[in-house]
Amino acid sequence: MTLPDQPARRSTLSRRGVLKGGGAVAFGGLSLAALKLPMFGIDPVQACSDGGTAKDLSASDRKLIISNWTGYIDPRKNPNSTFAKFQDETGIEVTYNVDVNDNAEFYAKIRDQARACEPIDRDMIVLTDWMAAKMIGLGWIQPLDPKKIKNVRKNLIPSLQDRPWDPDLTYHAPWQSGLTGIAYNADLVDEVGSFEDLITRDDLKGKITLLSEMNDTMGFFLKVVGADPADFTDSEWEDALDRLKQVKSDGHLRQFSGNNYLQQLSQGVLVACEAWSGDVIQAQYDNPNLKFIAPEEGLALWSDNMMVPNYATHQGNAEAWMDYYYRPEVAAKLAAWVNYICPVQGAQEAMTKIDPSLAENPLIFPDAEMLANTWAFMSLTDEQQQKYEGEWADVIAS
Amino acid sequence: MAESRVAAPADSGRRRGLTAYVLMAPAVIVLGLFFVIPFYSLVAASLYDPGGSDKAGWDVTYHFANYWEAIKLYKGQLLRSLLYGGAATLICLVLGYVLAYAIAFKSGRWKSLLLVLVIVPFFTSFLVRTLSWQLILADDGWVVDALQFVHILGQDDKLLATDFAVIMGLAYNFLPFMVLPLFASIDKIDPRLIEASSDLYSNPITGFFKVTWPLSLPGVVSGTLLTFIPATGDYINAELLGNTETTVIGKVIQLQATNANHPHIAAALSMILMFLIVAMVLVYVRRVGTEELL
Repeated sequence: MTLPDQPARRSTLSRRGVLKGGGAVAFGGLSLAALKLPMFGIDPVQACSDGGTAKDLSASDRKLIISNWTGYIDPRKNPNSTFAKFQDETGIEVTYNVDVNDNAEFYAKIRDQARACEPIDRDMIVLTDWMAAKMIGLGWIQPLDPKKIKNVRKNLIPSLQDRPWDPDLTYHAPWQSGLTGIAYNADLVDEVGSFEDLITRDDLKGKITLLSEMNDTMGFFLKVVGADPADFTDSEWEDALDRLKQVKSDGHLRQFSGNNYLQQLSQGVLVACEAWSGDVIQAQYDNPNLKFIAPEEGLALWSDNMMVPNYATHQGNAEAWMDYYYRPEVAAKLAAWVNYICPVQGAQEAMTKIDPSLAENPLIFPDAEMLANTWAFMSLTDEQQQKYEGEWADVIAS
Repeated sequence: MAESRVAAPADSGRRRGLTAYVLMAPAVIVLGLFFVIPFYSLVAASLYDPGGSDKAGWDVTYHFANYWEAIKLYKGQLLRSLLYGGAATLICLVLGYVLAYAIAFKSGRWKSLLLVLVIVPFFTSFLVRTLSWQLILADDGWVVDALQFVHILGQDDKLLATDFAVIMGLAYNFLPFMVLPLFASIDKIDPRLIEASSDLYSNPITGFFKVTWPLSLPGVVSGTLLTFIPATGDYINAELLGNTETTVIGKVIQLQATNANHPHIAAALSMILMFLIVAMVLVYVRRVGTEELL
């Protein structure tokens, strides 16, 4: 039995030996080449030689490619929707991609092309304040033509004007704005009145989620330790982060969530969570027991912003889109569907004709009292961003 | 194959050798482009200057301390991933062996149908199947209710968002990768050998360990590898079925690469995970002694 086996075994061994040898030689050779490892480094961001501007084909090529978040537009197939009306009115064919799920993830998807001064094949992207500020800072966004977005300049609500990262609206126009607060299921628990309650009350233990966006969640923790999220120091940041670590290691949190907390809240898997205003209002149509409240600490005010990336070839069409959505009656129609804060002045009056109850809703048209209770997260430098996001990720990953 | 080579004349053997290299060329080129170059890019990234940022870029400064830093910060998650992967593999091995044995020896004319049924879960998306476990294991679902009723679980205990749910999800998702190689091995076993063992007065248990188990070892090895390696790197199950304290290394790598913007830590962790797995696989294969597989 062993004898006939031997030659076969030797021959496979020798062939494997050859392969192993070949592999080792190839690996060694490449490793020598690898002394050139530095060529795999990432160069500092440099301004594109042509300013990142591509030839605008808008007039001849009536197309527009948009990347936006989910649940952020009225039904596109309905001929009466703002979306369909825009296409009818302008003759622009819009490719609307719902491919932004997370700011950091979307950024990771496009950064290599942007850094290499190549087009990202989109004419408009919609990103949250801090990421918008970052992209503008890196020089990856095209300035808008003020003459083509007159409605934006005229109708933007005051609470979203003069923001430190783009005070003159050179680069962005808010698409929708919203508040971060607390949602709870009134069927299952008593009102959760403050963020402090949310992270300490025993009956909520293991049944709450916090948002995985750093600015949202850390804003509240900064408030809880007595700091101002709009202007805080490194030591206050450390305090807030320690508080988060403690809450997390106590097993008080079920998860850090992205867009997916509402279904669980409605089912009763969660009894309360940190939440975005518009999501909760939308979900209330199905489950009136879901409540959104302004915690005692206040609310985070943010917006998701339309921007034209470098080398977009339909900037004119993108500007036409922006201007269209800053008409009060169009904005009201959209707000009636998405239920976030409408960034357009005059839309509240237009809304009374569509649905008076929504026109009265302070989460869609916040009044001065509501706005006085909000904050916008501190504008961070590149280094701060890197430090804070890194430390935040270390905590949620630990 | 080896026997026929020995029998063939020498010159045709040489020509066949040359043909083999020509036939290997496409695979070698593909591996070179899509494995070796990305691999070096990963090595380079793991040696970046940790002070880099988007604006300043990242230089390869041969900063080997990145590895130490990555281990110091995330040894817990590395260990947890290996434990989850190991536990899931063990569960799959026990369940899968019984299943594969039954299909191979006891299923008669249902054999093909049963094999198809093993693969059927692949017809729907991995994500959807994992999400549906969220419903099954939910705190007020019937599974938890029933277990609470018979006092296996206390009133405040839960299944979803626990280590148990994560391991179970992994075992569920990777079971077919265990069953198929096991089946292939067990199905090839000549039943007459098992009959012979009982003719020689061995009881069924001894017969199993002396005959069936050794002959099925190639299946066991490839099955465990096919299960353990992806289960260790998987983070969907931990993300969907776990809680904030069940973070696995895959999730850490993803967070470090995107949100935290630390390509050096992400790359160092990937390299560490790769080396750990390769080392464990080599030791394992040496010990089990089925080198034919590699």
